[in-house]
Amino acid sequence: MTIYLLCFALFLVGLYGILTKRDLVKIILSLTIMGYSANLFFILFAYRSQALYPILSEGAEMAPMVDPLPQALVLTSIVIELGTTALLVALAVRLYQKYKTFDITKIRRLSG
Amino acid sequence: MILPYFIIIPLLAAFLITLIAGEKDHWGIAFSLITGIVLTVLAFYSFLVFRSETLVYQMGGWKLPYGIVLVQDALTGYMLVIVNLIALTSLLFSVNYIRYLDPDWKYYALFMLLLAGMNGVILTGDLFNLFVFMEIALLAAFALVAYGGRAEEYEAAFKYAVMGAVSSTIILVGITVTYSSTSALTMAAVADALSQGDPKIVHWIGGLFLVGFGLKAAAMPFHAWLPDAHSSAPAPISSMLSGVLIKVLGIYVIMRLFFNVLGAPDVFIRIFLVLSAISILVAGFISVNQWDMKRLLAYSSISQIGYILLGLGIATPLGILGAVFHLLNHAIFKSLLFFNAGTVEMMLGTRDLKKMGNLTRALPLTSNTSLIASLAISGIPPFNGFFSKLIIIIAAIQAGYPLYAIFAIVGSVLTMAALMKVQRYGFRGENEVDIGDKKVNWKMNTAMATLAVLCLVASVLIIPGIKEAAFDPVISVITEKTQYIQAVMGR
Amino acid sequence: MNNNDTGMTLIVKTITRISVWIIILYGIYIVLHGHLTPGGGFGGGVIIALALLNVLLAYGRDFTADWLNPKFLHGLEAASVSAFLIMGILGILVGGAFLGNFISHGQLFHLVSAGTIPVLNIVIGIKVAMALFLVIWVLSALELKEGEEV
Repeated sequence: MTIYLLCFALFLVGLYGILTKRDLVKIILSLTIMGYSANLFFILFAYRSQALYPILSEGAEMAPMVDPLPQALVLTSIVIELGTTALLVALAVRLYQKYKTFDITKIRRLSG
Repeated sequence: MILPYFIIIPLLAAFLITLIAGEKDHWGIAFSLITGIVLTVLAFYSFLVFRSETLVYQMGGWKLPYGIVLVQDALTGYMLVIVNLIALTSLLFSVNYIRYLDPDWKYYALFMLLLAGMNGVILTGDLFNLFVFMEIALLAAFALVAYGGRAEEYEAAFKYAVMGAVSSTIILVGITVTYSSTSALTMAAVADALSQGDPKIVHWIGGLFLVGFGLKAAAMPFHAWLPDAHSSAPAPISSMLSGVLIKVLGIYVIMRLFFNVLGAPDVFIRIFLVLSAISILVAGFISVNQWDMKRLLAYSSISQIGYILLGLGIATPLGILGAVFHLLNHAIFKSLLFFNAGTVEMMLGTRDLKKMGNLTRALPLTSNTSLIASLAISGIPPFNGFFSKLIIIIAAIQAGYPLYAIFAIVGSVLTMAALMKVQRYGFRGENEVDIGDKKVNWKMNTAMATLAVLCLVASVLIIPGIKEAAFDPVISVITEKTQYIQAVMGR
Repeated sequence: MNNNDTGMTLIVKTITRISVWIIILYGIYIVLHGHLTPGGGFGGGVIIALALLNVLLAYGRDFTADWLNPKFLHGLEAASVSAFLIMGILGILVGGAFLGNFISHGQLFHLVSAGTIPVLNIVIGIKVAMALFLVIWVLSALELKEGEEV
């Protein structure tokens, strides 16, 4: 039970970072932390106690195994978040070229 | 069967454009227009022929609980027609607009990816597959919002990307909770397991999905990215985003998940009603206040999404008919309004309403079609907006929510005020504006005229004989909530 | 090759010259054994991309542009996705469903078995490797000082 609470604490750390930090790069890092905590939450649900890794090798007998489906899904999710981070970093560099600052309180031309 | 071709054809076109195109964009335009026409023809064919049966396609030949399925029933076919038709007119409009902005083949490759992602979201029958296709469509949309290279576009794209990523994380947590409590990811199997399980899990899953997909659909407390993103994007991308993307990623998925999978619990129906009332009124008031033409149209998009949510929240067959019909109508006339804004921006170089004047002599087709679209969105007969809003208002009164009917009427008056502001200052102002010798290209004119004609034609769909044929299968998919399980898994 | 102006010091360059090939070999091993051990296309592709990134970091941008050809890598990336979709369409024509397994399944636990899965793993491995490397290549070309004012 404590593992799930710690995973939720990681999610809250990421959320705090997105809401309060003023630097663009720190917002991107907090978003990454939040994504990692969601993936970790998914992996934690795949655990079965006293079970083996889910790889069938030659000459081994069948034993209870942990759930392999969330592992495949989390691989996909990590790659998707990698793509989003790459796009955000490229946008941050372009924003610095245009506005000459990384401070999000000064990048505020659209409002209303 | 033809179901996987809706995803294969745009993906193949996107990567063939990347492979073949050199410096110019001729191959990009050719491939994307061919793809648009083929997809529209396929979508009409599949809606008209397979309207009342459910097609299930198993990817890779794997049987149902183990593999990913593509499902087509009447609601899917209806959404496919809307998406591909608006995408074709957007492509036709964007040939010249993108040449004016920044000619490159990358725009067409990204547009094809956006189309493939949206088709995938509509067709799939598996929760995680829906997440993956939604992310594909969103990444293409983020890149397309930032396409023009101006400073405001980068800021708007950054805000949109951060909020989209937060909502995607919340959706992933929702999928985790679903998988751990039902140990299945196919939507029909999840529905089956949830209907026999604990009601508290349904509330938890529904809450997480409402926050996640509500942000994608721009319901009112989660709307903050929409005005910036839709006003800074290039005009054909604004029309794709506002016309189809918020409907596919938000409203369609909410319909599928809350009615077919979760079985429409009462708590969420009441939440839909409250969110829709806030959306209609608050967004309507803010939209009257704007002086930037595209920002006004973006706020009025939030207001119209409120109408669709109101129709869903009433949850009687008449209310759902109003919601589904208003979905089609809003796609048509909001795309047309954004095309008009794009033409005006291309000819005059500004979007500020205070700087425009009388454009009826200089841009005749644009001002006439914008008049048609403004009358349609305000709800004037005989255009299609009148019928869909009337059905929603009557459904609200019949179901016993007279307060929401008054909200809907007030919202309609606010919409008319905002659009009449556009007409008065933007198109029929005091001074004549001279645009010199620039002419509007025939492709842009064709796109706008097609949508204006569709504004009138779509109101034909409400005549009782045609309504039975066109809309009743769509409504019955939503109202018979868990018949979806029988249709998918019973074969 | 031994240009002392760009990139890192001589020790780093010498070690990179040896270790890059070993890392690429490890990545190819993970891709090819995707149906027997964990990893497959994604994981192996990321390892190959990181090996190429090693060269970019140690030697600098100009040398890497001579050694690899970014336009060719761009074409290779698009061609590999087209190859994936064509395998899927072949699955429709021959096998019966999209991405159906139409090559014979072979024996269990052998390297050449399980039908189309190793072929798809190789295609995805190439695609992921090229995509990641090209993303970092394009980002390394942006400089913070340039760009016109608003």
